[in-house]
Amino acid sequence: MTILKRGLSRRRVLQTGMAGIIGSGVAPLVFTKGAWAQEFCNNPTGDTVVFGLNLPLTGTYAEEGADEQKAYELAIAHLNGEGDGGLLNVLQPSALKGNGILGKKVTYVSSDSQTKSDVARAGATRMIERDGAIMITGGSSSGEAIAVQGLCQEMGVIFMAGLTHSNDTTGKDKRRYGFRHFFNAYQSGIGLAPVLGQSYGNDRQAYHLTADYTWGWTQEESIKAATEALGWKTTAAVRTPLGATDYSQYLTPILNSGADVLILNHYGLDMVNSLTQAVQFGMRDRQANGKDFQIVTPLISELMAKGAGESVKGIFGTSNWHWNLQDPGSIAFTKSFGAAYGSPPSQAAHTAYVQALLYADAVERAGTFYPPEVIKALEGHEFDGMGNGKTLYRAEDHQCIKSVLVVQGNESPTSEFDVLNVVQEIDRDTVAYDPAIFGGDLGPAEPVPMCA
Amino acid sequence: MFEVIFLQFLNGLDKGAAYALIALGLTLVFGTLGVVNFAHGALFMLGAFCAVTVRMFLTMETVTIDPEKLSPWGAPLEVREPLVQAWLGDFGAVLVNYSVPLSILITIPIMLLVGIGLERGIIKHFYKRSHAEQILVTFGLAIVAQEVIKSVFGPNPIPQPMPTDLRGAADIGAWLGMQANVITYPVWRLIYFIFAGVVIGGVFAFLQFTTFGMVVRAGMADRETVGLLGINIDRRFTIMFGLAAVVAGMAGVMYTPLLPPNYHLGMDFLVLSFVVVVVGGMGSLPGAVAAGFLLGILQSFASMNQVKAIFPGIDQIIIYLVAVIILLVRPRGLMGRRGVMEA
Repeated sequence: MTILKRGLSRRRVLQTGMAGIIGSGVAPLVFTKGAWAQEFCNNPTGDTVVFGLNLPLTGTYAEEGADEQKAYELAIAHLNGEGDGGLLNVLQPSALKGNGILGKKVTYVSSDSQTKSDVARAGATRMIERDGAIMITGGSSSGEAIAVQGLCQEMGVIFMAGLTHSNDTTGKDKRRYGFRHFFNAYQSGIGLAPVLGQSYGNDRQAYHLTADYTWGWTQEESIKAATEALGWKTTAAVRTPLGATDYSQYLTPILNSGADVLILNHYGLDMVNSLTQAVQFGMRDRQANGKDFQIVTPLISELMAKGAGESVKGIFGTSNWHWNLQDPGSIAFTKSFGAAYGSPPSQAAHTAYVQALLYADAVERAGTFYPPEVIKALEGHEFDGMGNGKTLYRAEDHQCIKSVLVVQGNESPTSEFDVLNVVQEIDRDTVAYDPAIFGGDLGPAEPVPMCA
Repeated sequence: MFEVIFLQFLNGLDKGAAYALIALGLTLVFGTLGVVNFAHGALFMLGAFCAVTVRMFLTMETVTIDPEKLSPWGAPLEVREPLVQAWLGDFGAVLVNYSVPLSILITIPIMLLVGIGLERGIIKHFYKRSHAEQILVTFGLAIVAQEVIKSVFGPNPIPQPMPTDLRGAADIGAWLGMQANVITYPVWRLIYFIFAGVVIGGVFAFLQFTTFGMVVRAGMADRETVGLLGINIDRRFTIMFGLAAVVAGMAGVMYTPLLPPNYHLGMDFLVLSFVVVVVGGMGSLPGAVAAGFLLGILQSFASMNQVKAIFPGIDQIIIYLVAVIILLVRPRGLMGRRGVMEA
């Protein structure tokens, strides 16, 4: 009876309970700030941390994928303190120490996304579930980027997008776990239209050929809006399948359509093929409406320009970055990349490299790999020294706001790499826009989904 | 409007020429050996890579380091000197410029050997097997061929420039007495069309006007009787397989400036070619050619904006739609023979 009385006393219950909690080792977790939240997908427990590289090594954007792979390998070497350090030396501000990330050596696994959204998503799933990737990065198509960042949101893994230019990536399809350094189609329109007006006049008839997926649609929409604001009229906008090879059937209707400008909303091999074939059809030697017929490629890269050869000379487009910029960041990156691979880096390589470093820097600043803390460190982060001037990772849509380049095919190249000239650098205030215009919802960072 | 229709017609002839060339070889093999050769697309791709290989040899370079000049990334500049030009001067430059048409000279013997080797080494063992087994083995061969090419040349397309004199567009409108620049068409596409016409005409003439061709045609009609006459019809059919491989290879070579070849090129054309053969009628050479041009022209007209405004997406399905209609109305195809692939 006495025993029963003692067992029922409130003091005794509290004492026993507290002793049990302390004894079972729960106390450190309860009293350590944030410690309850440290269970997350692929929390690195060993002395290494794995990046998942999702790269289009085959398919329409394979050249960009191959260059991205080189850039990631270089970035990982620099993060681990190997090589000349590249952009680690010029990133401002920087928490990177060149000893991996939070002291853990960076390694990577990779997957060929084949420039296909479903394959990219399957590859990312495999790298997260099987290989324990802490972060997924890469891709050269907006279809892939949107598919993979949706997956990453579901699995609680951060996605640092590679080359993706659709407005939707940080617009209607934006996700809390997805971040884009590359610029977008809307910014291409803002940057390119004044140069087109200046060079070709304000009375033009444009004919669009557009890759039939999210990127093509948004680029067509943005360039149409920007050129129509100049006074241009749109004669027709025709969709072509991604990965089409023979464009003759799409090019012949242009010849007598009344158009005097052809706008190619194509990228990668699609653009190389469509531009080359348009030139073969004699479009650049034609006159229409009493004016010289012109071709415009709103998004262009040095890899495509190299592939298109003679056809690209004099053609206007926009780029995220170019290797012959003369700021310390661009010089440092071109030097590192050129020394490692014997060719200058493409814009795809640049954005891939920068994304890898920005993720690592955010983890260092957060002091943890816990995704919500890393997201907070990236959102609204302002940095400089990466080749695009002062850059803001905008919190509202995870879009980097930075300067944009208007480029033109070089009429007299001095080497096989000297294929584009930077005509104008449009400052970041000019290409900034209200993130609300593209809608979308980032979604929550917490609770963090568990991937397995 | 006339110009638009005329241009689409030209486009259709150009596409049709490519379809007809591949379908012709496919039908030659089926008509002579009775084999449904799913490796035929791979032969087209191998021909294209003959052109790639020839150009690789012609554009070999010597690399020297110039320590006084620096690359954009600060390394000593690599100075590259084309080897063929160094040896042969201006003639070397001409060889490089005309590498694609010159490749045909190399492609013909190579593809003849590949074709004969394939037939003697593997395909002859499947003559008496079912069509399903023939399809399986030839499809397997196609995959092996494309994986070999992928491992040697990589997965990405390799551009093959056309000769500089043949770049740009011909003003066909001006030739026809119309205003300049109203109807223009790429010179190389016109050359491809003429080339296809010559090859198709050559194959028909070979079968029609030579003793060898006559024996082959007799063998196609009644193999056993020709054999009973003491003629080694198998050897002739083997040569026909080689000839089909040569036709496919040459078609591949000449197509490279229009479409940079990659390892998957054959598969891209294979499905279309089978549709062409089925529409033309299995085993019918004139049927294959007629169907090739018919489908090419229909596909081209279906791509006109005016047509797509009424039937959105018709350009993507027209070929298959026509195939379905033809098979419903004429199950043997346009010119198919009774008893071919019929139980």
